[in-house]
This record gives sequence, C-alpha cells and structure tokens, in this order.
Amino acid sequence: MARLRRTAAIALRQYYLMRGSPARVLSHFAWIVIDIVLWGFITRYLNTLAPSGTDFVPILLGAVLLWDFFTRVMLGVTMAFLEDVWSQNFLNLFASPLSIREYVGGLVLTSVATSLLGLLVMVVLATASFGLDFFAVGIMLIPFVLVLFLFGIALGILGISLVLRFGPASEWLVWPIPAVITPFAAVFYPVATLPHWMQWVSHLLPPSYVFEGIRAIVAGGAYPGSALPWSFGLCAFYILTAMWVFSGVHREAVRSGLLSRYKAESSA
Amino acid sequence: MPAVLSVNGLRRVYGETVAVDGISFEVGQNETVGLLGPNGAGKTTTINMILGVLAPSSGTIRIEGVDIVEDRVQALRRTNFAAVYAPLPGNLTVLQNLRFFGLLYEVGDLPARIGEMLEAFDLKKFRDAKFGVLSSGEQTRVCLAKAMLNRPRLLLLDEPTASLDPATARDIRAKIREFTVRDKVGVLWTTHNMHEVGEVCDRVLFLSRGRILLEGAPGTLPGEHGKETLEDLFITVAREPLTFGGG
Repeated sequence: MARLRRTAAIALRQYYLMRGSPARVLSHFAWIVIDIVLWGFITRYLNTLAPSGTDFVPILLGAVLLWDFFTRVMLGVTMAFLEDVWSQNFLNLFASPLSIREYVGGLVLTSVATSLLGLLVMVVLATASFGLDFFAVGIMLIPFVLVLFLFGIALGILGISLVLRFGPASEWLVWPIPAVITPFAAVFYPVATLPHWMQWVSHLLPPSYVFEGIRAIVAGGAYPGSALPWSFGLCAFYILTAMWVFSGVHREAVRSGLLSRYKAESSA
Repeated sequence: MPAVLSVNGLRRVYGETVAVDGISFEVGQNETVGLLGPNGAGKTTTINMILGVLAPSSGTIRIEGVDIVEDRVQALRRTNFAAVYAPLPGNLTVLQNLRFFGLLYEVGDLPARIGEMLEAFDLKKFRDAKFGVLSSGEQTRVCLAKAMLNRPRLLLLDEPTASLDPATARDIRAKIREFTVRDKVGVLWTTHNMHEVGEVCDRVLFLSRGRILLEGAPGTLPGEHGKETLEDLFITVAREPLTFGGG
C-alpha cells in the first residue's frame, strides 16, 4: 500500500503541475494536433493522385497517429523526469523512502495518463476531420497499441538514464530518439523497402511488427502469428534492460556523488 | 539515552581527496547535536551519506539500528531533513508540496497532519501560494513543515536559518525546539552561527578536514580549551586544526 501511495505521489505531482500550467497541457496536445492536421491533408491529397480505390488514410494517417502515440509515451516518461531535474528536486526525492522502482513506476503512470489522453484527442480529430477508422484492424489494435506503449516506456527509461548519467544538458540527446528510430521502424513503408542492414535493425524494433501488421491487415492479408509474441518478447527485454540501466546509473550516481550534487549545470 | 543515529568509521574519498576521514559519533533520542566546522570540513558530505544520497567509501550508518546501505527505505521512513540548498519544487503550492511529500513519507491521516503543520508554522495564509514566490523566511518554514511532517525520529538540519534575519531565525529555532523536545527527536544540526549553537545544541562536534577534532557541551567546551566563547574556539579550530590533532 505504501509503495502504491509513493508511486501515485509521483504521478500526483505531475497532475498538479499540469493543472496549474496551461502551457504544459498545451505542449502535450499541440504537436500531435498539428501532425494529424498536416498528415490528414497529405493523405487526402495522395488519395486524389492514386488509382481509384486506394485509401491512404488508414495506412499513412493511422501510422502517424500510432507513431505520435509511441512518441508521447516515451516523452511522457522523460518530461516527468525532467520536471524533477529542472526544479532540482532530486535531493528531496531520493533522501525520502522512495525506491527507484516506485519512482519509475510513478513516471510510467504519468505517461499512461498523458499518452492515453493524447491518443483520445488524435483519434477524435482524425476520425472527425479525415474519416479515419481507428478500429479498422479490429481486435489486433489492442496488442498493437500495447507494443508501442511498452516500447515507448522502455525508451523513456533509457532516455532518463542518459540524462541522469550525463547531466541535464544531455536532454538534447533524448528528444531526437523517436526521429532516429523512425526510418528503421517501418512506420510509412514496408521493411522490405529498406536495405539489408537496415532490415536487421528493423527486426529488432517492436514497432516495425506493428506497422507491418497494420499494412497487412488493411490490405486484406494475414498477420503472421509469430510476430506478436516476438514483438512482446522484445518489449519485455528492452524494458528489463532499461530498468537495469537506470538502476545501475542511479547506483553509480550515489557512489560517485553525482546525485547529491546534481544541479542544472552539472554533468559528468 | 538510546541512539537514534550511530555513525561508525565513516569515510568518504573523492579520488585523492579525503572529504570525511573515519568519523564516529551518535545522536541520542531527544538530543540536538551540532556539527560544526569551516567550509569544506565535510559536514554536508556527512549529511548526504546519512540521507543515503551519497555512498560512503567505508564505515556504517545506522538509523534506529537500521543500516542505511542495507535497507535505505526502512532507515529513511522516520528520518527527514531541511537544507538551505534543497528547496522544495517552486512550481507547486505549499499545500501540494506537503501532500506530495506526505505521501512519500507514508504520513497517516495526512490532511490532519498537514493542517497541524500549516498552523504550527504559521503557513495557513500561504497554503495555496507557489513555494517559489515565497520569501526566504516563508520558504524555510515550509521546508521545516515538510521536515516535521512524518514525525521523524532523526532530523537533519543543514544551516536551516542561514538566509534568515535574526528575529525570524529566533522564531524558527524556537519552533524547531518545540517540536523536537515534544516528539523526542534526535537532531543533527549544522550551522556557522555560534550563538545558535549555544541556544539549541546539547552537544557539539567540531569537524575539520573530515575529522572530528573536538566534542563536548557548547557551554563548557570553550573553557576546556582556554577560549572565552564558542566562536573563538571555532576560529582557532578552523585556522589551527593541527593544535587539536587534525592533520
């Protein structure tokens, strides 16, 4: 019970911050709205160029929506962590009975709330404005969203490990992570389009199985049964690895003295 | 007097620099111990190790018998601190800060306890003000309210009155004493204000170059070393540590 209360406290702090700051709330929705509007019009235009019957909405707009969701999940974790960096709150946090698992659990809880809200906004906007049928892939949508969510959490934890290890200035390393992964994740094109070495990277990224699956189902094909357990297995591996890395970085920060001196300008 | 805090052979090394050099001491229940020393003596390093945010190179720290390294969560459950360099998040209100830290410290009947703290530290009118916009004195009172929130058995205060005017500092000291005496709290208090030491400390430890050079009651210690006041003794220890066995 105490563990849950401490985990909830981390999420509650983020709720307080958002409740008191419209700018923070806006930042959670502004980019995804812009993305949906932009890609909505691009897909509409592409539909006029393509042979009759081809509909880019589920393939492109659906992909953009899910990729934005994945990005929001990852940034949900990192933004919540950065709030503690910016307010120099580490000493107060880590000199309390809060454990690392509880702290990360609180960041994940925050990300669940913000990313689901973001998803809801995107689905409503894309459906109302561009006729996206979000549920076109049927029941498979649930595991697809779950895979993206889990992978986003793993990358978020890895991102905060970087910031804790290399100092607040290294946050610039975290922001581009989704963009760096995009070409490999087969968001907009099949894995087969990529050169051989990029395909290998792609096979190690859970989102590539999601987007391949969506394209296959929308095209009326079948989704290979082994792909789902494999992508969940990869997610589990990445989350465990990310937690192991963050715990190690935290332990090293306590050992080296970095944690007790962690300030806005500090870096290792 | 049972020890709330037991520090034994505590040492912290940064590369070639020895910040804390094998110190041992205890803080008893209902006892306020002053940790004194010049800048860089190792006071804050010691406090950081007791709080579990800095690993000792060697030695042990036990809070109510629990080793901070072996069971950090249990050791910190009834510990708290206030330090001039650890302000609470400025973008949360006083009430939000107290709720947040109350949950972290597992405070029972939290709304009632927060009410008590707001009343005791005269913070009721600031409950919905953001911490960052408060004056130094008001921020100190909020930090102390947070520090008392979980009814700590061990309280670490690192220069809690450093940025306050004399009148506010006196009120704050009185408030801290009121709480610590009533709840029989063990307090480790660092300050450079020797008048403050005389007012609040039952015992003092003089730290220089990471070693405890002197220990005793603030009222009698200066006389035992041929000095008139605690301040004279402090200056001598800071300037001539070798005289007292520091090296």
